[in-house]
Amino acid sequence: MLNCKQNTELLSQALDRPVTFREKVAMRFHLMMCRGCRNFEKQVAFIHKAARELPRKL
Amino acid sequence: MLLSTANSHSAQLKRHKTSMNTARAIDPDTLQTHRSHLVRYAILQLRDPHLAEDVVQETLVAAIESRDKFSAQSSVRTWLVGILKHKIMDVLRKRAREPQLDVAEGEDEGELIDALFNEHGRWSSPPQTWANPEQTMENAHFWEVFEQCNQRMPLNTARAFMMREFMDMTTKEICQELSISTTNCWVLLHRARLTLRECLDLNWFGNVR
Repeated sequence: MLNCKQNTELLSQALDRPVTFREKVAMRFHLMMCRGCRNFEKQVAFIHKAARELPRKL
Repeated sequence: MLLSTANSHSAQLKRHKTSMNTARAIDPDTLQTHRSHLVRYAILQLRDPHLAEDVVQETLVAAIESRDKFSAQSSVRTWLVGILKHKIMDVLRKRAREPQLDVAEGEDEGELIDALFNEHGRWSSPPQTWANPEQTMENAHFWEVFEQCNQRMPLNTARAFMMREFMDMTTKEICQELSISTTNCWVLLHRARLTLRECLDLNWFGNVR
């Protein structure tokens, strides 16, 4: 069972490498119960998108 | 002989015509209008205003020299950023060969992560919702804050993050460029996101703890 620290590491890695099925399930399971990590997931996706937008916005 | 001269002449004419079409977009004066944008972009990546100026200068010279290759399908700025990326990559490659990169740098960042999670690995203070992040992207002031948050990241963290997100490199390529292990690379990228998230949370989305 993942804790928030491990879960955020995986959520972040999911943006940089393909994650395994097992990792995906573990993340989903944790996210179901953890609002903080759900917010983190959305916010990191936003940062990812914003970073890619930045060169055009400077 | 005559034929080949004629051919090459027509090729020349054709080239001249294309360069006439794009000449207005690529003339030195117009390029200057993009300079400050390019310099800011380069500073974010290189963290060195003088070096950034040099790289941008090289970019503009390269742009003028290869203006025939500019296709009107892309905007001038996109085209310039494309050239700039290559120039920045050259600098980063040269740097990576110099033994100055210290991945163990992030002692403070270890502290940041310690502060974010308690001893059981749970959030000390769980992230709160951000209001209207999509609308935020339309706000010019947000981009200033975002840029500042990027600049506040420790150097190696920022470097890895920008290679990943701005230059769209794979982690494998980043590892090679920075001569670090894949795991280290993921750690840096994760730290970058945690740091940026904290910074935006505090300075833009206003979730004061």
